[in-house]
Amino acid sequence: MTEILSVSKLNKKFGGVTVANDIDFTLHAGTMHCLIGPNGAGKSTFFRLILGEHAPDSGTILFRGADITRLRSFERIRRGISVKFQVPGIFKALSVRQNLDVAFQHHLHGHNLSSTVKRVVEFTNLEAEVETPAGALSHGQQQWLEIGMAVGVEPTLLLLDEPTAGMSPDETRKTGEMLHDLNQRGITILAVEHDMAFVEQIATQVTVLHFGRIFAEGTIAEIIDHPGVQDIYLGGSDE
Amino acid sequence: MDRPDTPHTDEPLVAETQIERRSALAIWISRLEGPQTMGRGPVFWATAALVVLAAILYPLFSDPFAVGNSAYFMVWTFMAMGLGVVWGYTGALSFGQTAFFGLAGYAYGVLTINFGAAYGFTWIALMISVALGGLFAMLIGYFMFYGRIKGVFVGIVTLSVTLVLETFMAQTAGPQWRIGEARLNGFNGMSGMPPLTIPWPGGDVLLYPGVGLYYVLLAMVVLCYLGLRMLLNAPFGNVLVAIRENPERAEMLGYDTRAYQMLSFALGGALAGLSGALYTAWGQYITPSSMGLTAAALPIVWVAVGGRRDITATLLGTLAVLFAFQLLTVYGSQYALIVMGALLLFTVLLTPEGLIATAMRWLGRLVGRAKR
Repeated sequence: MTEILSVSKLNKKFGGVTVANDIDFTLHAGTMHCLIGPNGAGKSTFFRLILGEHAPDSGTILFRGADITRLRSFERIRRGISVKFQVPGIFKALSVRQNLDVAFQHHLHGHNLSSTVKRVVEFTNLEAEVETPAGALSHGQQQWLEIGMAVGVEPTLLLLDEPTAGMSPDETRKTGEMLHDLNQRGITILAVEHDMAFVEQIATQVTVLHFGRIFAEGTIAEIIDHPGVQDIYLGGSDE
Repeated sequence: MDRPDTPHTDEPLVAETQIERRSALAIWISRLEGPQTMGRGPVFWATAALVVLAAILYPLFSDPFAVGNSAYFMVWTFMAMGLGVVWGYTGALSFGQTAFFGLAGYAYGVLTINFGAAYGFTWIALMISVALGGLFAMLIGYFMFYGRIKGVFVGIVTLSVTLVLETFMAQTAGPQWRIGEARLNGFNGMSGMPPLTIPWPGGDVLLYPGVGLYYVLLAMVVLCYLGLRMLLNAPFGNVLVAIRENPERAEMLGYDTRAYQMLSFALGGALAGLSGALYTAWGQYITPSSMGLTAAALPIVWVAVGGRRDITATLLGTLAVLFAFQLLTVYGSQYALIVMGALLLFTVLLTPEGLIATAMRWLGRLVGRAKR
């Protein structure tokens, strides 16, 4: 399987605190991969290192074979990485349509822009809210809008930081279906997630981070059965 | 998987590229209306045309002094609209637009005193001055935005720049402070430069404050206003607003946000420079106090009171506040400044969007209801 993202020997310290400790990580094209771990394990920092919001102290990040370690964030996005943040990163004063216009106008214009906006609005179930200010949407709808903004830029890799945080069970289920749909369209997904039921719904591979280093990797079944993961994250073994 | 709400289709989310059939001109004209500017449809444009017509007819029914005064008001609108772009649309509160105003004002003086007004050179001097204002703003913007300065610190840095310039120019009284024939003249400022001059067979037309200058400035204000509407409704304007709303998200959509902020700041500086050069041409003088604290604060009041997030509100608000300020100045300039301060407080506390912008929104709702 083709490697889409390859991280090697990635290190980052904030003051005396090590938040990324010699991380070696490989993400294969076409997979839906989840990152889990206790609070403070370094999951969000790892995302921010991939996105270029933090510069690593050492190590390299290869995306589709090219070294992006020193690129600025917007340059990484232009190469095909897209992101949805934990707190919805939308433009609250702008309407749903304007949010999507801003997201896609980079590479689309005129009719192409308007028809893409229409398709994404349908995909994210926001047809009735297209002229509504984004700040007036429900929390779940704001999350979907941001997913729509993230996928309209034609990413090959979509990073999702807790995509279902604050969602109702129904919204969580719909989000899972949405992500499966995107994955079928060829987008590789890497998600940080706490909700293990959701991880089970979407993930083909799971990586567990602990104290800034990779603690375990495997399929969801392997991770659930892993005794160490049970101890540090899943609440201990019943046995 | 069961997917009742959004059934999966194989249709790609991103539309396949089709060739745009409209001409570039048609696209730009369509941007006179858009999400980033208030006012659309026949009622708005008919009202705008009537306002311009009234402005064209105004000199026929008024005395030359009042017309010259109105020209003076229009001189300042470019700086206000530029501040609207920088502050209202991009979200960077600049307290130092007067730095670019003063630089361009002095540049116009130095150029025209040295090279005269023949062959329409005053217009070339005007353009060079505007370019200098824009380039200086781009330089300051580069260090600010690429240096990750944001929020209130943009205001502090820009205010410092204008106050440093004021202080520097105020100590240039000695004879050694000259550029060619032009004496900078310290605190008293420069004077004696020619007004804008139109080359004309049989004798150049000198645009002293009066009807001629009024019409030239009116045309420039209308063109600048329409041009900014088109720019702000273009993808460039959308990105500026996105940066104001959420800069991190804007960068994560693939935009070089710092470059956009710097360009917006340069545009604001060029427009402030246009006001500065026109001010010098209007009154044939410029002094360091045009870059001082009071001068730096007034554009903030004009733009805040009118409405910083809409270019129409900024323009109308600036003209209204300048008119009111001059009326009050009859009773004493300090008194007028206190009223300006009170007006700013009133706006910030009661109509944070700006008085004109709020009124326009209400009017829009009323028209909408009447149509229904």
